[in-house]
Parts: sequence; structure tokens; C-alpha cells
Amino acid sequence: MTRRVASIALNTFKESVRERVLYNLVVFALLLIGAAILFGSISVGIEQIILVNLGLSSISVFGLLMAIFIGIGLVWKEIDKRTIFSILSKPVRRGEFILGKYLGLLLTLIINTGIMTLGFYAALLYQKRTLALADLLALEAVYFILLQLAIVVGLALLFSCISTPILSAVFTFSLYVVGNFLDDIRWFGQETGSAVVESLTSGIYYLLPNFGDFNVISQIAHGERVPGYLLISNSLYALLYVSILISAAILVFEEREFK
Amino acid sequence: MSAIEILDLTKDYAVGFFRKRLRRALDGLSLHVEVGEVFGLLGPNGAGKSTTLKLLLRLIFPTSGTARLLGRELGDVSMHARVGYLPENPYFYDHLTTREFLNYVGELFGLASAQRYRRVGQLLDRLGLADSCDIPLRKFSKGMVQRVGIAQALMNDPELIFLDEPMSGLDPLGRREVRDLILELKAAGKTVFFSTHILSDAEMLCDRVAILNRGRLHGRGELREILSLGVSATEVVLENPAPELLTELQPYSRAAVRTGNRVRVEIAEEAALAKVLDMILRRGAQVVSLNPVKMSLEDYFLAQMGDGAGRPPAEAKRQVQGEEVRK
Amino acid sequence: MTAAAAKGPRISRLRLACGVVLVLSFLALVPLQRAIDRELAAQGDAGELLYLPSGAILRRLSLGHEGLLADIYWTRVVQYFGRKRLGGATRYDLLGPLLRITTELDPQLVIAYRFGAIFLAEKAPAGAGQPQEALQLLRRGIVANPDYWRLWQDLGFIYYWDLKDYASAARVFQAGSERPGAQLWMKAMAASVAAQGGGVQTSRLLWSEIYRQADNDQIRLSAKSHLLALQAQEDMESLNALLRKYRQTVGRPARSFRELVAAGLLRVEPRDPSSVPYRIGPGGLAALSTGSKIDLQLLQ
Repeated sequence: MTRRVASIALNTFKESVRERVLYNLVVFALLLIGAAILFGSISVGIEQIILVNLGLSSISVFGLLMAIFIGIGLVWKEIDKRTIFSILSKPVRRGEFILGKYLGLLLTLIINTGIMTLGFYAALLYQKRTLALADLLALEAVYFILLQLAIVVGLALLFSCISTPILSAVFTFSLYVVGNFLDDIRWFGQETGSAVVESLTSGIYYLLPNFGDFNVISQIAHGERVPGYLLISNSLYALLYVSILISAAILVFEEREFK
Repeated sequence: MSAIEILDLTKDYAVGFFRKRLRRALDGLSLHVEVGEVFGLLGPNGAGKSTTLKLLLRLIFPTSGTARLLGRELGDVSMHARVGYLPENPYFYDHLTTREFLNYVGELFGLASAQRYRRVGQLLDRLGLADSCDIPLRKFSKGMVQRVGIAQALMNDPELIFLDEPMSGLDPLGRREVRDLILELKAAGKTVFFSTHILSDAEMLCDRVAILNRGRLHGRGELREILSLGVSATEVVLENPAPELLTELQPYSRAAVRTGNRVRVEIAEEAALAKVLDMILRRGAQVVSLNPVKMSLEDYFLAQMGDGAGRPPAEAKRQVQGEEVRK
Repeated sequence: MTAAAAKGPRISRLRLACGVVLVLSFLALVPLQRAIDRELAAQGDAGELLYLPSGAILRRLSLGHEGLLADIYWTRVVQYFGRKRLGGATRYDLLGPLLRITTELDPQLVIAYRFGAIFLAEKAPAGAGQPQEALQLLRRGIVANPDYWRLWQDLGFIYYWDLKDYASAARVFQAGSERPGAQLWMKAMAASVAAQGGGVQTSRLLWSEIYRQADNDQIRLSAKSHLLALQAQEDMESLNALLRKYRQTVGRPARSFRELVAAGLLRVEPRDPSSVPYRIGPGGLAALSTGSKIDLQLLQ
């Protein structure tokens, strides 16, 4: 089974890596990171902070765009273009197909994020003239960005099994936005004083993916480490949530008919 | 063991905005295909041919009924390792080359890398894809894509091959190649199940056929038998025959049709043939051609589909071809 | 005439027309935009003040990118301040709100507290002349960054220099001196302020320290000017003492310092720290000559 999953993953990677849009996004991100050096010079006293903030935020935003853009087409394209007929008529289980698709896209994202991170460090090197060990701290932020993207891709994959690309994009992006506000939603529920609303918002809090937990860019820019226990627990959270999403996608996909 | 056993297979689709109505795409289909046969599933567009194939390959699920492929129930995905499938109007990955795509397919079949390499080479050569094997698939013409489709269907050297409209979109040369390929597969002992709406192809290739229309089975059987169902006769085409000759021939001829200068006469009994020829020669009439008449698949097809009054199909065909000559 | 030729002039006329519209429109846009800019500028800051978002809301809306947004707002602060100052403004209405938003977005952007407080506290036209606002800003900064002793230094400075509240200044310098990494002079400053209040020695200590710490030229220059002014003030106090002594001894006020030199009270004619000679001004007191580069206003 692993061989087939790996094969599908690799094929997905090849297909998505050859999408021109990806290149455009990566180049754009690199340009923006380079420009961050200029931004620092027009603002007093924050040259390094703004480079780190802008660099990491760019990686996050462009990574998000990539994840959504490719994720929504992941399964839908295969169904729409009928390439799925050739695949499912082979000795491949539908679950293997979904898992392979997910891993392939994750690989694509990891590589693209890696390229952007290299660009970021190049810019940092250019600005600071030398790099210290402390600069590796930014990798913690990149890791958390990747965890976020892993969840976003899972969402996009799930929606891709159900609806058209536009709707998938809208749903995925909406969940991403709401996932950043979960603290406020729960707080709001607590403030209203109504038990019903409170339990509702509490349910939402646990049900939806909590993207807010992964926002560490600002503190990294100030040189503050992410505590080890948070690194581990957030990784576990991402792993669990991704498992939920993939299982749901497989469930949907098993029932799906391809006319 | 049959290669394919279908028992009362039915498929309903829920249609309409609220998914309330049911449309029956396949209604109680039952048939079986023996190992080593070439079986043709015939029918007009929308008859349910593709539906049948997709049901067999678990791309869609039956509402009721069962089927077995190579003795195994549907849903046994591992059995796909012995099956090949060419979908209708296939489309493959934009950014992959033929070689990469076939390699991918090989990996999905679990072929070892040396074996894959060899097999890909064989198929590229056999299907004339060797020159273009490193060009991205999105640049291929329809005929080329069809060939790639066949290649991926044969990648695992399957025992049972499903082809959905394999001739669609091919030029005459391409169709000839596919026909030859199917005959090759048959010679190698494979079972081929293909659907088509082009009767002449089926006539040339199939051992047995089944006719589907609006989801229902309308007829099936050995091709040989079907084609001999019609009364065999001999057709003689005369150029400008004398009216007296036609009168003489009338008791022996089943029908006479004039088309321009020519009259086509059908002689029903073989025994009468010698006498008729004698008459023709004595009169000195000009014979354009002399041919046996067999019922064609088209006739059988139209008959099964119901052409209205229930007349013998040969006559229906004649109606179409020319006016009936009456004495 | 063939169809192609008949189409010929028509097509090129169309192209010409489009090209003309393009160019003319662009040309017309320029003065129009200028007019819009003028109208907006005339409106002043009052309009913008109404539409500034709350920092807390912005923080939520930024989906994890609040650090970047804070940097952007800080850049806006700097540009706003610079633009206003160059334009000779006396009011900086947006300064306080923009600083508030910046620090709400990133409470650890210490430079915003430090520079912000300076800009806010300085008297117009060099600054907004809002020392109380500056105090609030620094207090918020201290709450968010309790161990950053330099914020205490800035707080103490404002109490001492802008508000002349020496008791509070001494208290703040003392508290700041206890923060990790605080430099020794904080203790010295605390003691000095407690002892002499607004005396020259204390002030000189303060400004010397600022000069030493300065990491950009603007601040260095400002500190230097203050020090020179302090020096001049000290000089003038000594000169006034000598002038009183001369009057007592000779019985009439001196008319120039040459007389003091002649009387042996001074060795040489005194010059201020910018090497311009002092003169005797109204009321028989030492004063700066007109060519002097010293700005005694700084001491107000």
C-alpha cells in the first residue's frame, strides 16, 4: 500500500510543481522579501524587525495562497478531467488515492516554503552581514507556518472532494479566517451570559481548526522563543486535525460516484 | 469460469434539482462473457454502455444486482491488477510525458522497476508512441491520446480488457490499428469487452454481441448466428435488363429493385440460381455483379431496436435503398 | 477601392482616437489629482482622526500578522512626524493615536514607546507638546515590557525635564535603576535629582548620559545643544556673580567684560561654548551675543 501511496504522492508533486502559478507566487514572495530590506531603510530603528516580520508574513501569506490554490483543484481536477478513471481502475484503493494526493501536495508546499525561507535568510544575511545562531529562531515560525498550511491543505482537499474549486476556495479561506478568531468567538459566548450561546461557541471553538495558536511571527521577530511544550503540543494538534480531515475526505470519497 | 458474469445489474440515478426523480440508466442487465472472447456491447449513445463498464470497474455503484470479474466479486480492488480499462474520451495529466505517465501507471500496478521499464518500452513501440514519449501529454492530438489510453490499459498485461468506444475520434488508419490490436489480444488468449456504436467494427471483431438501448438488453448472441438469421440469398445486379427477362425471373426472385439503369434481383433458393443464371445468359443481359446476401449486423440491430411494423429487416433495408420494382 | 483598403483609414483613425484619449486623460489626471491632494490636505487631520481604527480590532483583523502591521504603522508615525515638521506644523494631532495603534499592535516595539514619547513630549514646534500623553505611552510600555529599564529612563526624563516634577523623577529613576541591566548612572541620577531637584549638575548628568547613549545623530545633536546651553547658563551665573562683585568694589555696573579683565576679575574676555563672546545685556546681567549658536530656549 505504501508504494502506491508514495507513487500517487510523487505524481501529485510532479503535476503541481509544474504549475506555472506556483513559480509566479514563489518569485513574488522572494521579491517582496528582498524589498523588505528597502522598507527597513525608510523606517527608523526597525530594519531587522521589519525584515523578519515582512519575510515571515510573506512566507505565510504566499504559502496560504499556494495551499488553497492547488488544494482546491487536487481532487476536483481529477474528477472533472476524468483522469480519475484511469487511476481508480487500477488496483488502488480510494483511501490510498486521497492520502497520496495529500502527501504530494504537502511535499510541494514544504519545498516551496523551503525556497522562500532560503530567500528570507539570504535577505537577512545581506542586511546583517553575518548570521548568528540566534537567527535560526525564525525556523520555529516557519515550522508553525507549515503546520498551519498542513491543516489548510487538508481542508482544501476535503472540500475538493465535495464541490467545485471556487466554492472550495471560499470555504477553505473562510475557515482559515474564522479559525483565527476562535478565541474571540468563545469569549463572546462567555460574555453573553446565555448558556446556550456559550455552549454553542464553546463547541465551535473545539470543532473548528484553531489557527490562532500558530501565530508566532510577532514574538519571533522580537527574539522570543516558542516554548518547547508548545512546539510539541501544537504539532500534535496539527497531526490530529489533519487526520480528522483526511479521514473525512476518505469517507466522502469512498461514496462518490464518477459518472 | 466466465471472464465476466453480470446478474440483473440495475443502476438508478437521482435527478432533478432536489434529487427526487429517479432515472434508470441500466435495467436488469444479465449477461456473461467467456474467457478468450471478444465481446461487443452495442447501442446508441446514452444506451447505458459506459454505465455498464463503470459499474464493473467500481467507478459507480449498482442500485441492485451483482457482477463478477474473473470469478471475483466487484469491490475486490486487487482484482484490478488483472484488468485493463480504456475510458471513453480519455484525458490524462497535462504536465506529464507519456513515459512518465506509463511509468506511474506501472507503479500503481506494483510492477518492479526493471519490468516497468521493459513494458513501457514495449508499449511505446507497439503503439507508435516512441517518438513522442517525452512530450507533455497536453500537447497530444486525440488520436495520440487514444493510443496512450490503450497503452495504459495494457500496462499490466491484463487478462481482461475493457475498452469504452476505442475507435472514437480515430482516423481510418487509427481504427485499423486498433482493430488489429484487438485481434492480437484475442490471439493471445485475452478477453476483450468493448463498447461501441459503430456496428461495422463490431461485425469485424466480435465473437458475441449484446445490444443495449435505453438501459435495457435487446438482444445478444453469437455474431455468426445473428448474421445467419436472415434468409441467405444471392443478389444479382443487371444492367438494363429487358422487361421480358424480369418477367421470366419473377417466380424465382424474391424482390427486384431498380436503381437508375440497374436492377437488383434477389434469388432466394440456391437451387434456382443455376436456372436463373441460365435465363440471364440466354437473354444476353449484362450482369454487373453477383453476391451472396447475408443479414448484416445493422439489420439485426435495427430489428432489435424495433423499426415499427415488424417487417423482416432485409426488406426494411431495401426500402431505404431504392424503389421496389413491381411488375 | 477594395474592402481592405476601405477599412484601412478607419482602423488607423480609431487607433489614433484611442491613443489621443489615453494621453489626454493621463495629462488631465495629474492636475486633478493635485487638486484632490490639496483639498485633502486642507481638511487637516481632523477627518482622519475620526477614521483611525482601534489597535485592538486591527490586531484581531491582522490574522497573525500584527507585527508587520505594527511596523507599518510605526513607519506611518515617522513619516507623519517628519512631514509635519518639515511643513512647519505646530500641531501633531494624529501622533498620539497613531502611536497608540502601533503599540497596541506590537506592545514590544520599544522604539515606538521611546521615540514616540520624545516626539510627544517636546514642546511645539519641535514636538507635539503633550507630555501627559507621553507619560501614558511610556507607562503602557513599561507594563508590556517591565524589565526594559530604558523605558524608566525615558519616563524619568519627561518628569524631570518637561514636567519639572522632581519628586516623581527621582522615584522613577530609582525604580528604573533596579531593573535588570540598568546602568549605574540611573542610581546616580536618582540620588542627584532627590538632592538638588532641577539643578544644573543633575541636568548635565542627564544630558551627558543621553549623549553617550545616542544611537543616531538627531538625538546626539539635541543632547549636545542641551549640554552647551547648560554650560552657558552655568557660565552666566558665574559671570553674574563676578559682575555683582565688580559693582560692589567699583561702585558702578560694568559696561563690558574688558573692565572686569582690567580689574583682574577675569583673565581673558569670556566666550560662550560656541566661542562667541558674552556681552553684558539689559539689567547689567551676562547675556549671549547675537551671533551665538547657543539656544537658551532649550532650558525652558
